[in-house]
Amino acid sequence: MKVFRDSRWILVALVLVCGFGLQGARAADSTSLKTLTSEELVRALQHPHAKPLLFHVGSHMLYLQAHIPGSEYLGAGSTEQGIQNLRRRVGGLPKSTAIVLYCGCCPWSHCPNVNPPYETLQQMGFTNVKVLYLANNFGADWVDKGYPVAKGE
Amino acid sequence: MGPMKKSLLILAAAAVLLAWIMLRHPSTANRDRVLQLHPAPDFSLTDLTGQKLALSGYRGKVVLLDFWATWCDPCKAEIPHFVEMQNRYRPQGLQVIGISMDDDEQLARDFRQRFKMNYPVAMGNPQLAEQYGGILGLPITFAIDREGRIVSRHIGATDPSVFETEIRKLLGVPPS
Repeated sequence: MKVFRDSRWILVALVLVCGFGLQGARAADSTSLKTLTSEELVRALQHPHAKPLLFHVGSHMLYLQAHIPGSEYLGAGSTEQGIQNLRRRVGGLPKSTAIVLYCGCCPWSHCPNVNPPYETLQQMGFTNVKVLYLANNFGADWVDKGYPVAKGE
Repeated sequence: MGPMKKSLLILAAAAVLLAWIMLRHPSTANRDRVLQLHPAPDFSLTDLTGQKLALSGYRGKVVLLDFWATWCDPCKAEIPHFVEMQNRYRPQGLQVIGISMDDDEQLARDFRQRFKMNYPVAMGNPQLAEQYGGILGLPITFAIDREGRIVSRHIGATDPSVFETEIRKLLGVPPS
């Protein structure tokens, strides 16, 4: 019985350790961004009629190496040019348009490129905007996991 | 079911759970294995001062090849340590090389001056990034031994002591 009790504690400890490990990166998100996971995005992109618009708001150098097929490059979201491109692109669209932003330049809590375009879209009145949650970077969290990738322009 | 069997079952389940978590990133591990101890791909670029920068020119030295960008906070945190290490270990044969993944060269130039980077910096490109397994997140730093082989790849912010320990070993400097 003692063995059973001990192993039960080991299991509890393991689950807690793993749970905190998985939650840790998520907790690094101190903003109020609405996010979606890679799995959710893949499912959304497979929808025949309701695909979201997908905007890459990271560096061009990263986009050229690898990006999500069908995504549009708008320029780094941390730059004035990137925000101008975004405003121009969404200018005439209905405010209910589903839009997903992504970058993956660096760990989620350090990414400078997703907050400014997200806030811009909020200020413009867009109501269905989400950011792809990439905990570490685009390579580790998208490419290495075997999700679809395109290269070049 | 007896308590012993139950406890074994629970331990087995825990082991499976751990194995599943550890195997969630197999591709990254594979990519590291492919790169490690293979010759570092050579490149020939022009650095930000207009000098030719070829990796092969540093054969015989220990090279830290750092892919970075001005918009990357963890990169900016690491660079002062690289500057310090370059100063300290230059006589023993350390050469740090920076590859900026910025889209705007002027930003890299300004940053280089502001941070007094004492090692060559060149602008990267997608082809070079591809040769190094894809630079799809920053910072990424490669340690290259005196024979020009990739010894390790560090992704994300890395504690300076990790680099220091590795460099000393590659340079043949006794641990401090």
